Amino acid sequence: MTAPLKAQVLKARVHVMLKDGVLDPQGEAVRHALGTLGFSGVEAVRQGKVIELDLSATDKGAAEAEVRAMCEKLLANTVIEKYTVEIA
Amino acid sequence: MKAAVITFPGSNCDRDLAVAFEKAGAHVTKVWHKDAALPKGLDIVGIPGGFSFGDYLRCGAIAAQSPVAAAIRAFAETGGHVIGICNGFQVLTETGLLPGVLMRNAGLKFVCKSVDLKVESTNSAFTNLWSKGDLARVPIAHHDGNYTIDAEGLARLKAEDRIAFTYAENPNGSTADIAGVLSANRRVLGMMPHPERMAEAAHGGTDGARLFGSLMAALAAA
Repeated sequence: MTAPLKAQVLKARVHVMLKDGVLDPQGEAVRHALGTLGFSGVEAVRQGKVIELDLSATDKGAAEAEVRAMCEKLLANTVIEKYTVEIA
Repeated sequence: MKAAVITFPGSNCDRDLAVAFEKAGAHVTKVWHKDAALPKGLDIVGIPGGFSFGDYLRCGAIAAQSPVAAAIRAFAETGGHVIGICNGFQVLTETGLLPGVLMRNAGLKFVCKSVDLKVESTNSAFTNLWSKGDLARVPIAHHDGNYTIDAEGLARLKAEDRIAFTYAENPNGSTADIAGVLSANRRVLGMMPHPERMAEAAHGGTDGARLFGSLMAALAAA
């Protein structure tokens, strides 16, 4: 018995980060805590999000365009955040 | 005055907001977030405080995509009045009806206390019973109330007299001490403080009631 062939799934990975110049108080708190733990030499910490999506699309280019539209509409707030999209 | 108060999963100030509207003399309809249409003949929509959708992704981001949000946007775009308080303010920035964004408090802590607000603009249906510079004591209760807007946006808010309230002492790091802002047509107000929690004597003060009284004075005849 062979399992039915599964449709190929494209994986998208979205990184959402605060734009350069936007103060990140959480990253700053993490940097401070690392210093308290004895990790010296941490010049800066920026904290962001990683969002992974499984897509039924088969065309990489179309999938990337779709995910970018998702970022603009929901996944990132482009007033303060920037994003990158990787498709694999 | 006919008011609608929206309830999202995780809203927790919806009842208080409805009571404050009713105490001012409004007729209130509660509206669920899945309703794609608002009641007919509304004068104002209230978006309450709370933690809509658990603050997942970003505060207000999921609520801003709900069916009722599209109806609220259409209502505002045709000249309707909308007030968003606390999480409601976050929803309004996420829908794009108000500029800027509410970020994590600069001190990283949830802040829950009464603060003095300074009335900066009396030119709105929300603030017409105050005089410019009046102080109003109203509670705040938020983790993400750090109003952030770029220099260009701030200059525009100032030039157009759209800063409704500032904090006498900044509790969250907000740009220019901003506590509440108005839309370009002055009919949409977002504010982090909770006027509905200072609306009758039993609350320990009635400064917040003046906002609902202002609305009544401005919209009752409409």
